[in-house]
Amino acid sequence: MLIFDRSRRGRAAHAQLLPESGESPAIPDYLLRKTRPALPEVSELDAVRHYTRLSQQNYSIDTQFYPLGSCTMKYNPKVCHDLASLPGFLNTHPLGLERTGQGTLAGLYELQEMLAEITGMAGVSLACAAGAQGEFAGVAMIRAYHRLRDDLARTEMLVPDAAHGTNPASASMGGFRVREVATDADGNVDLTALELAVGPQTAGIMLTNPSTLGVFDQHIRAIADIVHRAGGLLYYDGANLNAIAGKVRPGDMGFDVIHLNLHKTFSTPHGGGGPGAGPVGVGDKLLPFLPLPVIVKDGSRYRMLTETERPHSIGHLVTFAGNVGVLLRAYVYIRMLGHEGLERVAEFSTLNANYLLKKLVEAGFEPAFPQRRAAHEFIITLKRLAKEHHVTALDFAKRLLDYGVHAPTVYFPLLIPECFLIEPTETESKEALDAFVRIMAEILKEAETDPDRLKSAPHSLPVRRLDEVRAARHPDLAYKSE
Amino acid sequence: MPFIPHTEADIREMLAALGVPSTETLFDEIPAELRCGALDLPPALKEMEVTRLMRARAGQNRPLLCFAGAGAYEHHIPAAVWAVTSRGEYYSAYTPYQAEASQGTLQVLYEYQSMMASLTAMDVSNASLYDGATSLAEAVLMAVRTNRKSHSRRILMPKTVHPFYRRVVRTIVGSQALELIELPYDVETGRVDPASLEIHSGTDIAALVIPQINFFGVLEAVDELTVWAAANGAIAIALVNPMALALLKPPGEWGQEGADIACGDGQPLGIPLSGGGPYFGFMCCRKAHVHQLPGRLVGRTVDMDGKPGFTLTLQAREQHIRRGRATSNICTNQGLMVTAATIYMALLGPEGLRRVALQSHQNTLSLMSSLTAVDGAERVFSGPFFHEAVFRTRRPASEIMDGLAERGILGGHELARDYPELGEAILVCVTETRTQEDIESYARQIASLLNHG
Repeated sequence: MLIFDRSRRGRAAHAQLLPESGESPAIPDYLLRKTRPALPEVSELDAVRHYTRLSQQNYSIDTQFYPLGSCTMKYNPKVCHDLASLPGFLNTHPLGLERTGQGTLAGLYELQEMLAEITGMAGVSLACAAGAQGEFAGVAMIRAYHRLRDDLARTEMLVPDAAHGTNPASASMGGFRVREVATDADGNVDLTALELAVGPQTAGIMLTNPSTLGVFDQHIRAIADIVHRAGGLLYYDGANLNAIAGKVRPGDMGFDVIHLNLHKTFSTPHGGGGPGAGPVGVGDKLLPFLPLPVIVKDGSRYRMLTETERPHSIGHLVTFAGNVGVLLRAYVYIRMLGHEGLERVAEFSTLNANYLLKKLVEAGFEPAFPQRRAAHEFIITLKRLAKEHHVTALDFAKRLLDYGVHAPTVYFPLLIPECFLIEPTETESKEALDAFVRIMAEILKEAETDPDRLKSAPHSLPVRRLDEVRAARHPDLAYKSE
Repeated sequence: MPFIPHTEADIREMLAALGVPSTETLFDEIPAELRCGALDLPPALKEMEVTRLMRARAGQNRPLLCFAGAGAYEHHIPAAVWAVTSRGEYYSAYTPYQAEASQGTLQVLYEYQSMMASLTAMDVSNASLYDGATSLAEAVLMAVRTNRKSHSRRILMPKTVHPFYRRVVRTIVGSQALELIELPYDVETGRVDPASLEIHSGTDIAALVIPQINFFGVLEAVDELTVWAAANGAIAIALVNPMALALLKPPGEWGQEGADIACGDGQPLGIPLSGGGPYFGFMCCRKAHVHQLPGRLVGRTVDMDGKPGFTLTLQAREQHIRRGRATSNICTNQGLMVTAATIYMALLGPEGLRRVALQSHQNTLSLMSSLTAVDGAERVFSGPFFHEAVFRTRRPASEIMDGLAERGILGGHELARDYPELGEAILVCVTETRTQEDIESYARQIASLLNHG
């Protein structure tokens, strides 16, 4: 039932209704609205009950195991939300930030410094609202760098074929032509293909390491040498930093520019799709190009650098200072971890992934890269089931929902047929992992004996499998009252 | 290990299962020379300690009585909005790729899209973008893709559009060979003079941006501007404050056929100021242009049993399918903010929202009438305004702002940096949250600053 179906003309949440204050004679009549917007008319309890009940139709980290590969669905500490929601932070107007928000700026400044230390970069800007915007900023800095050197022929961005879709999309948005680079049989970038791909047209390469295939590219220094020798720069997509935080730093691997997903590695919430935060870090070469604002400390006062002080900056990417509330959550998280805690994130996310992989293989599942160690995530392929029992990875995923766990990422990376990308994260216990293995084994048995059970799954959720073709062919994107 | 549950026994068993002596072995594929030493980070804090630290930091922020707007507005947020939005089922869920396990988030998004479409009188709304400025940048890019009549990639951008928005548009479309042409404003009225568009009539323009309310708080002649865009084959992009639309003519009804795209910042709808974010951007358009719309879209459909349900749809526009040829690179959006906005709009309803808009407007009228009665203070523009207005005094704006801050008031936003031609001007905003006493106090403090220096 939609909130609109609960609406009754003349009903209202009266505690929220200001007194009627007459007309607005100062606004010319032709600029006024003549029709009422079709917002619902409900009581406060109606609204609270409706949206509370809807929430109960979601799977979430707080309620389910959520091994969604590449998304780092770990516990989002409640205290981070609480502290970022202190009235002193929430009520600060963005335009008063230097005058009235010194407490906020102190946290942001220290976060910049801590992220620079964690990634081995020379400087960090917190401005970007999400990972994809961080990517765009990185690409724009690479472009600005080559342009300032009058190196205008560098129009091509290299992207491994295993990359997140945002990488090529960000490169195009930044005005580059995208050239894909193949992956070798071990899941590393194919060095021969890379040698052939680089040249005077190469602006840079966008890499995730560990890659989306869940393995650490051992040849990263060779890749850096090849691209740097050709005059290009290296961009690090920080989506998988959880695997290596405190162990290896992108700056030490040879990357010139990075973005981080605070909603992954640094435990800020995903919120059903956002908000995230995608800070960018750069080495010395790209420091002048960082997006604004950058926060600096003058004596005991914090302030934001202006365009005049950073004339080569690529500029501003969001209206104000970025997703400040998200940044404060990440700040609290890092302060609670310290360096040892951060290193343990990498250790235990890796331990959990390797343990889970081992147990799933024992249960009869096929790893995509049996010869490799898993990083913080790994891939299994269900191609045998697809071939022998006509059960797809999607069918298997939907059946998992019936057992009360969220499905892993399916059909990504595109290179591996019928794949599951599984990321348990460090905050799950051994019992949770063992339970997941038992469920996977149970469904595997079902797939072999009763494949229809999977093909018609889920059976126990608020809805059964949805008709996506109909959704796309006859788009119903907004409620229309009769 | 604040959030890691493993006991010593667990670790032993797991390592034994893997046949490795320690977790360190699991990193043996990483070349040793790349490994870093211990990071230089502050020591770990317990929850109690970090709470003490953050309370102290929050205490360093000075709580001033807010008369600033300029793109971020202090409105009352009902307690129920964040009480429900903060539930773990919304807060800790991912983008609803597994539709059957995400019906809550998906239905909220569908209801949100419906509310925004109705508020703007457009056909469809996406499920959010990052903020107002990025929504305008995306709208400009969308207009260029959509406008088949134009080959020019020239965009008319009035100077009455928020200067912060304009700088973000420059950054984002900068590498796309678009030409942003600045439109002047009438120094008398503070709005775009439709007559000033005449020099562009008959030239190839891809889009015209129409801000309502504009950055000075002044109401633009939206009908004339929209008619001009239609007559000249330009896409009309409405940049609007959704709160004001409860009272003002919605973009879908501007001119003869309405604007083509409506975008803006959703912060006034239940989102705290929070130092500048997270807020959310919105974008609405005509049905005919939906395939060019960036960002997520939720559609209503049916399941295998014919029962209604919701799913992400028209995903062929998006980066995870179309990669380098997607309509935008956006992936993560501002989902949780949209959940809050949906609950906010449900609680306020059409009448509640109208009254908030009206009260804000009347409070601003009241402030401006008190201010203009002060000797040495004057209103800068004659055009009708909504809940923000520009005034100037005979003293430097920065001194006025400092003086007000000393008296516990955030006086507004100084315009000299972006509009030096306006002199010592301040943009002031009054929402429904300010009392008559607050308003009188503001005017009194201005008078005292002018009289006593």
